[in-house]
Amino acid sequence: MKKTLLALVATSLTLGAVVANATPEQDRKDLVKLYTSKYPDIKLNQYVYGALAFDKDSMAQYTSIMDFPPFGEAIEQGQKMWETPFKNGKTYASCFPNSGKNVAGNYPYFDDKANKVVTFEQAINECRVANGEEAYKEGDAATMGKVTAFGRTLSDGMKMNIKVKGAAAEAAYDAGKHHFYARRGQFGFSCASCHVDNAGNRIRSEVLSPAIGQATHWPVFRGGDNLVTLQTRYVGCNRLVRAEPFKVGSAEYNNLEYFHSYISNGLPMHASVFRK
Amino acid sequence: MRSHATLSKLVVGLIGALGIISVASAADVAKPELTGKQLAYDRSMGNCLACHAMPTQTDAESPGTIGPPLIAMKARYPDKAKLRAQIWNSLDTNPNTAMPPFGKNKILTEAEIDRVTDFIYGL
Ligand code: HEC
Ligand code: HEC
Repeated sequence: MKKTLLALVATSLTLGAVVANATPEQDRKDLVKLYTSKYPDIKLNQYVYGALAFDKDSMAQYTSIMDFPPFGEAIEQGQKMWETPFKNGKTYASCFPNSGKNVAGNYPYFDDKANKVVTFEQAINECRVANGEEAYKEGDAATMGKVTAFGRTLSDGMKMNIKVKGAAAEAAYDAGKHHFYARRGQFGFSCASCHVDNAGNRIRSEVLSPAIGQATHWPVFRGGDNLVTLQTRYVGCNRLVRAEPFKVGSAEYNNLEYFHSYISNGLPMHASVFRK
Repeated sequence: MRSHATLSKLVVGLIGALGIISVASAADVAKPELTGKQLAYDRSMGNCLACHAMPTQTDAESPGTIGPPLIAMKARYPDKAKLRAQIWNSLDTNPNTAMPPFGKNKILTEAEIDRVTDFIYGL
């Protein structure tokens, strides 16, 4: 039994384009090369549109919806939350360099002192707690969802800029990469089965988005009004393959987000977008 | 290279994942018997259409493009047991495949696999 399991692990490690002991930058470059040689007509910057980049009609629908987004009100509420002072008079802006402008692309980062990955959502909570407020539930659409839906727009146009420096940061990145390439659930899919090996293919009528670009635009509003955070999407994709999802905000998902965001480095951010 | 700690964590994760399988096993739930075709189309059973077109079936709507079209199967699989084996554990022929191992992971029962095989064999 142990042997077969180990064999399973071993095969899952060899999956896809990414080799086991490559550097993060090598991983990213290999993925870029894989996608752009398979789909030479799609420019790298278009990967932020995910599946839409592969389908003209969906892209046209997206563009017209984004002209008058049905979720404008949610973003306005987020802005109000962002600007309303805490009981001590300070605001979120006081917790970030440059008042929170062009910072979201640095998240997640590896905090060497705390020895863990810190997501933008956690930085928001750290800010709340440092100012005497209660932390939000990280996956909660009404609170954390809305405040990040606005907070991330302050970094629109910023290029993703995730750094992996030092052994502990590399270990966290590697753990996230493991999650991404390991088969799981009754269907035995890895994230890579769908978003690397089959990016651009259809699963039934749904086009599968490539992994690079996936971390640049969160939260999304599915169907126009259903706010979904990045890690809640991880839960959804884990469930698709009948795998037990992890907790939003868990080290497992934070490490996954660290790897997953790194591979979008250099791509422009555009927060709070429409998705089908 | 990866540490043993991460590897064993992964193994634990996999055991966890395998644990779910027995809970969700198709065999545990009593359902009215579906035909091979129904099993192949049903999104919660075979869902073969998620990945495969079936060009000879006019009602095979919006198929995916992940796997090859299933057509002329008798010619391509003179040995029906080989076709069944592909459906039972697709990883045997290709360890990197995206196709789920329907028999091995008990997504379908042995009897259901027989019926799906009969249906696919006729395509
Ligand atoms: C069985 C196929 C499948 C697997 C496995 C899978 N996904 Fe997905 N995923 C989808 C589909 C279908 C969509 C919706 C279409 C799209 O945007 O790709 C999606 C969407 C996403 C999105 C949203 C993209 C966007 O721009 O809106 C992210 C992020 C994502 N998946 C990440 C993951 C991660 C991380 C894993 C592994 C934990 C994973 N997926 C596993 C099928 C899958
Ligand atoms: C998520 C994707 C997926 C699903 C669902 C799926 N398959 Fe496949 N299938 C594939 C892929 C990809 C291949 C290509 C061979 C490989 O990857 O090794 C394949 C190959 C096959 C082959 C071999 C075809 C050939 O040309 O030799 C048969 C037969 C087959 N599948 C039958 C089925 C049946 C029957 C079902 C449903 C019970 C099913 N598949 C569900 C992805 C899928």
